[in-house]
Order: sequence, then structure tokens, then C-alpha cells
Amino acid sequence: MRFLFKTDYDQDIALLRHAGQRFWYALLGLALIAAPWTVSEYQLAQLSLVAIYGIVGLGLMLLTGFTGLVSIGHAAFLGVGAYAEAVLSARGWPFPVSAAAAIGLSAATGVIVGLPALRVRGIYLAIATLAFGFIVEEVLTRWEAVTGGNSGLSVGRVEIFGWTLGSATEFYFLCVGLAALCTLVLLNLLRSPTGRAFVAIRDSEISAQGMGIHLAAYKTLSFAMSAGLTGLAGALYAHNLRFLSPDQFTVLQSVELLMMVFVGGVGSVHGAFLGAAFIIVLPQLISALAPLLPAGLGGATGLQPTVFGLILIGFILFEPMGLYGWWFKVRTYLELFPFYRRGMFRRQKAFQKSERLR
Amino acid sequence: MLALQLLISGLSQGCIYGLIALGFVLIYKATETVNFAQGELMMLGAFAGLVASAWFGLPYWVALLLAVLVMVVLGMAVERLVLRPILGQPAFAIVMVTIGVGYVARGLVTMVPGVGTETYTLPTPFKDELVRAGGLIISAEHLVVIGATVVLCLLLFGLFRFTRIGVAMQAASQNQLAAYYMGIPVKRLNGLIWGISAAVAAVAGVLLAPITFVHANMGFIGLKAFPAAVIGGFGSLPGAILGGLVIGLVESLAGFYLPEGFKDIAAYVVVLLMLVIKPNGLFGETMRKKV
Amino acid sequence: MSAPLLEVRGLSVRFGGVRAVSEVSFSVQPGEVFTLIGPNGAGKTTVFNLISRIYQPTGGSIVFQGTDLLAAPAHRVAALGIARTFQNIELFEQASVLQNLLIGRHTHRRTAFWQDVLFLPAVRHAERALREHVEQVIELLELQHYRDSLVAGLPYGVRKVVELARALASGPRLLLLDEPSSGLNVEETEDIAFWIQDIQRDLGITVLMVEHDMSLVSRVSTRVLAMNQGEVIAQGTPAQVQSDPAVIEAYLGRTETP
Repeated sequence: MRFLFKTDYDQDIALLRHAGQRFWYALLGLALIAAPWTVSEYQLAQLSLVAIYGIVGLGLMLLTGFTGLVSIGHAAFLGVGAYAEAVLSARGWPFPVSAAAAIGLSAATGVIVGLPALRVRGIYLAIATLAFGFIVEEVLTRWEAVTGGNSGLSVGRVEIFGWTLGSATEFYFLCVGLAALCTLVLLNLLRSPTGRAFVAIRDSEISAQGMGIHLAAYKTLSFAMSAGLTGLAGALYAHNLRFLSPDQFTVLQSVELLMMVFVGGVGSVHGAFLGAAFIIVLPQLISALAPLLPAGLGGATGLQPTVFGLILIGFILFEPMGLYGWWFKVRTYLELFPFYRRGMFRRQKAFQKSERLR
Repeated sequence: MLALQLLISGLSQGCIYGLIALGFVLIYKATETVNFAQGELMMLGAFAGLVASAWFGLPYWVALLLAVLVMVVLGMAVERLVLRPILGQPAFAIVMVTIGVGYVARGLVTMVPGVGTETYTLPTPFKDELVRAGGLIISAEHLVVIGATVVLCLLLFGLFRFTRIGVAMQAASQNQLAAYYMGIPVKRLNGLIWGISAAVAAVAGVLLAPITFVHANMGFIGLKAFPAAVIGGFGSLPGAILGGLVIGLVESLAGFYLPEGFKDIAAYVVVLLMLVIKPNGLFGETMRKKV
Repeated sequence: MSAPLLEVRGLSVRFGGVRAVSEVSFSVQPGEVFTLIGPNGAGKTTVFNLISRIYQPTGGSIVFQGTDLLAAPAHRVAALGIARTFQNIELFEQASVLQNLLIGRHTHRRTAFWQDVLFLPAVRHAERALREHVEQVIELLELQHYRDSLVAGLPYGVRKVVELARALASGPRLLLLDEPSSGLNVEETEDIAFWIQDIQRDLGITVLMVEHDMSLVSRVSTRVLAMNQGEVIAQGTPAQVQSDPAVIEAYLGRTETP
């Protein structure tokens, strides 16, 4: 068991609270750095993808998990970032500049999508984001001069002022490095007044306003930051896949992103990466399992949505805190051993009460 | 003439959107849950009708009735198994569950060996029939859709107006604990609402079948019904139908008069406009938290 | 008599056909505890919501420290020096007590968002200062035990105190307390009474309160205003108002004369 004796406010402000945390995260860092030499090239590419989706997860987590603004059209920001990067890098812009532009463009799109948020809430906002998702997808398809429409757009490798990131290792370090940076940004946000303002908006807008938080400004900021992060992930995504087409950024993708964040654990930064790993590993697991099923069961086409759906339902019924919740419980069990009580995390039975009042 | 044709086909399509929207506004009014699986329920209803009609060779109207009955049972089952255990959790979680249900429905249908991935035609007696009235040539399909919608709406109106279910439903949605105390069988009520909603979805599915054919991805049309519900005002049943009609009309006109691609996003542009002008929709209730 | 801290003149608001507040006028002197009483539905919380700028009045004026409050948007009210608690507790449920209080101090932030994102030394410095101040409030209201607990799991009495603490954390000049003792037992109400007196005496904060518990009202209030059906029916010291016939009639009704 560990007892934390705090003697300094800085200990609460710090990101890593005690020696144990520092140790494990250092170990994680070392494992990530050593990865190119310890895992296969294929697995390295998967790790890069996890990092990329992790950044998307961070963006979506910021908006939906921390500010409480549900977004069902998030793939639109991914698409804007990806296409912006693709077009600009094809014109010879170096990666830092084109990525910055991709972030900027996505953030601007985020501000526009966030405009309804200033007037409406809850399901109405979700539908507005859904509508934007469809519209952006359509724009990407129709604006053939820029995006190549349905025939797609191929993307070159990452170029930084003449240095081409040719190998999988170099690209991997770029992805993981940026993912670490984004995580740091988000964590910094959460331990500062800005992040707390977001949480306040999520939990009680009226109170937040009473504490002096300008709702419109912060909601817009949240949308902009969330979209910007997702745009950065889009830029990396473009270089990862090397080929873009509008059907990679449909509303169905947006829904999968939401699922990713939810299964990972809403409201936790770890959840973003756990969810990303889940969403990347699962289809492969399913494909591997498909031959085991009786022949003719439609193969993986039907199996994937079924398994996704069942897992999602399973998590909500039994573990609403997601993968991170599981991990947290396991860790608490180990930390408190043998004093862990089974009812520690039991939720109180809640009755539904309407938030509406005529 | 042409405009009138467009109008009628738009109204007809709009009726289907309206029916799907009606289905989830029903669930929303009763439990404040947004059912993202409504489109998939419709798809299952269409398949049920297909099985009854094409495999068992039953006549169209019997197949329709059977589809409705099957879906009522299925709707109640979904509510009992999946929704009931999680009622009380934050709205976001409940929405995700319905998304999960939709995925499972789609996946299971696709997995049916040899059958799931194909597209089918539902035998309809009035398909390709035309009605001539005063110089107009109208497809009988359109008329049937509009007529069926009207009949269904009247039935539901009667149900909620002349029985206590409507009042009980509203009570349960506003304060579940109090509803329990008042002796309202909240759980059974929720099951009933899901059953009715699934039945409405089934009708929509069978009506839609001649137009889009029956296939596992039919449910995606359900996504268009969300804007319909929002335009009408998310708590209003007549609003849902009206919203559907608005979208159907706008799409029909956009498809003809505007360049390609606008038809697909017409619904979404309209809903965004609506959210800007009148956020609570045409008949919506003002949502305001009382402090 | 010095200039009033808060001056409300002819305040009115209608919701549809209902006159929730009708021509209400009063002024609150700095350093006093001014209480609004009245039966349920009298419009007391509505007056609070008008001062907090949650509702827009249909008539009248509200002036705070010489500033026209009606010209300020809702999120500016805290910065001007007014903090409030809510009747039905509007805490940030999924955050800890400490975080709730830190959010309460939001108007005292000294760093911009870009500085936050980089967590520059200035931010760390500001965070420490915020924390120090919030700890003073925690100490005053004896919340040390609950500091890191999630609000969602706390008992009702503690949540009421956290609500008060959060309002205090913003360092206000005027504190609006909406039914601070509702739902509390005798001991907890005693604590509230002591704290209100501490707040008035030691912190120099003016208190405007809505309350139903008459013993609490007589114990801590400087002046009392009674409302019924949106209108003012009496104003004065606690003793004066409680013996006012109109007030007695509003609460207890009139005996039927045969």
C-alpha cells in the first residue's frame, strides 16, 4: 500500500505524483523509444497508427469528455487536416509548415462547427455536428479540383526542409513524439484554469457562468483546440496511409471515433490511447477469429460490426468507465491488497430525471 | 405539372423520414433517450416483411402486419435486455448503447449465410401502378406511403389522446422516481413505447422497401431522420412528421433544381439553418434548467 | 448612511402571463446581512436570478457599487464581485471539492490560455497562489477531509458547505445565499449561522440571503424583506417584519371573520 504524504502544493500540481508513477512512465518511455529495434516493422506501423488515433482520441476527449460537447462528426476534422496536409505537401511545403496550416484550417473548421454550440445544447448540438460531418464529407467529394474527389489523392512522404522521413522508424518517432507532445498539452490544460473551465461547462453551465466563465468563448476554444488536435492527427494520417479518399472520413468513421473514446474510458487521458489501441487491434483480432466460425457466416464483413456493437454494449452495461476503468480497478486492487473491497466502485442506482423544464 | 410530381414524391419520401423520426421522438419523449438504432429497426422490419412475403409467400398486407408484430416483440426485447439495465446512466452512455445495438443488428443481418450481403426486392402489389387524376400521373406507391402514414398517425393520436398512456409517458420521462411512486409501471411503459416505436419503424421499412430495396445498409437513411426530428422540434410527435415532410420536399426540389450532390446534404443544411433561426424547431419545447 | 452596495429599484419580470417579480425595490448596505423571506413561489430566487443576470428583467434597475448590473452579461457578474449559491446545489459533480473551489476562483486567473497550454512558470506560480487562497476557505469551512473527494459521492450537508465554499473562493464583496440551511439538520444549521457571522464580521463580506428558517433569520440578519406573490410586503428589522400583520397573513392566512 502506498500513502502519499504531501508537503507542498507543487506535489498536487505536478503531473507525476510520486516515485512509483515516475518509474512506470519512464519505463513506458524507454519501451517506446526501443520499439523500432524490438518489434517487427508491421507492429511498428501499428504503433504509429495507435499514436495517430490516440491524438484524435485526445481531441475528441477534450471536446466530449472534458467539455461535455458531443461531436458525432469528428471525422470531418480528421479529413480537413488530412487533405490540407496532402495538398500542401504536394506543393512542396515542408511538414512543420503544412502541418501547422492543417491544424489552423481544422481549428477554423472547428470554430464554425462550434457556432451552433453557442445556442443549443445536448442532442441538438450532436445533430448539428452530424450535419456538419455530412456536409464536409460532401465538400471533400465534390471539390475535385483540390481533393481529387472519389478517385482519391495520393500523398508523398513527410518532408522537413529537405530531409525526407523515408523509413518506418523515422515516421514512428514523429508520430509518437507528436502524440507525447499533444498529451502534455492536454494534461497542462487540465491542471490550469482553462481546463477547469471546460470541466465546469460540462458539469453545470449555469454555475460556470456564475463563476465568471464566458461560455461562448470557452466552448469555441474547446472546439478549436479539439479540431486542431484532430487536424494534426489527420496530417499524420495522410502520410501514414499515403492515399486519401473521402470515404475514409464519413459519419460512420465519426461514430467509430466516438466508440473509441468511450471504450477507452471517457474523461481520462489514458482512455484516448487505450481506445486507439482497441480500435486498431480489434479488426485484426476479428479477422483472425473469422475462420474459426462456421463457414458461410458472411466472413468478416458482418462479424466486425457485430463484435464492435457487442463490445460497446458490454462495456456500457458492465464497465462504463471503459478500458481505463478496468485498468484503474486492477491497479487499485493491487495497491490496496489485501484491503480491496468488492463494492468500492459500485454505482448507486440512479433514476432518470428530466433536464427539461417547460 | 412537374413541380407537382416533385411535390408528391417529396412528400412520399418525407413521410418515410417522418415515420422514422416519429419512432425516435416517441422514445425520446418517454425516456429522454436518443435511439440511434432507429434506422436499423426499420431495416429489420423490412427484412421481416421480406421473409414473410418472399419466403413464406404471404400476401403483402399480411406480411406488413407480421413485420409489425415481429418488430414489436423485438423492440420490447431490446428495451428489456439492453436499455433497462442502464437507465439512469448519463445520456451519452445510453446513446452509445443504441449505437451498439444498431451495429449488432446490421452485423447479424450481414452475417446470415449467403443471404445477408444481398439486396432484395419486396414484392409489392401496387408497384409500378400508376394513378391518373386530372392530367396528373402519380405513382401508386407514393399514394400508399402517404396514406399509410396518415392512418398510422391517426392511430397513434388516438392512442395518446384517449388513453392514459400519453400522460403516463410524459410523467415517467420528467421524473422517473416520482412516476414509480405514483404507481406508474415505468418499466412496462418503457417496454411498450419501444414496442410501438419499433412497430412504426417496421411500417416505415416496408414502405421504403420498394424505393431503396431491402438490404443490410438500409438503416443509414435513419440518419436523415435526425434532422427531421430536430426541425420539427425534438419533443413533438406531429413535429417529427412535419420535419420529415420538410426534408422530403427540400430533397426532392434540390435533386431536380440544384447541381449534383446538393440533394444529399440538403437535409443537413436545412437543419443547420433551423438551429440558427429557431433552435427548438417548429413545435419544440423550450429547454431551460430551473435553478 | 453610506452609499448602498446593491440598489434594486422597481425590479419586475414576467414569465408569460405570470408576474414573478413586481416592482421590487430595496437596497443592501455594505457589511450587513439582508434576508429575503416569503412563502414558496414569492419570487425570492427569481430576484437572485435577476441579480445574477440569468433572467432578463422586464423593468427596473439593479446597481451594484455604482455599476449598472443590467448592462453586464451573466459571466461578468462574478468579476464585478457578486457570488452566489444555488437552491438546488449546482456543483461540478464529476470534479473534486478542491477543483470546484479552484473553479470558483476563476475570475482571479492571471494567465491566458496559451500560457496554460505550455504550463509556463507564470502558470505554476498562479496555481500556487490560487491554491493558497482556496486553502484558506477550506480551513474556514473545515472541508479538509473532503478536499480530494469527488463531489458526486458526498452527503447532502457537505455539498451545501462546498457550495458555500465555492462562492467564498471567488473573493466576493456581495454573497448571495439561496436557502443555505434547507435540508440541513440542527447542528449543520448552527454551523451555517456561525459561518455567516464569520463571513460578515471577519471577512467583511455583505450577505444577501433567502431563507425560510426563521430562527436562523432572526439570529444573523441585520434587516429583512418579506415578499409574497412577487411583491414586497414588508421591510425592516427581523422583529419588525416578523410581527407585521401582512407577513403573518401571507404565511398563515387570515382567520375568517364570521
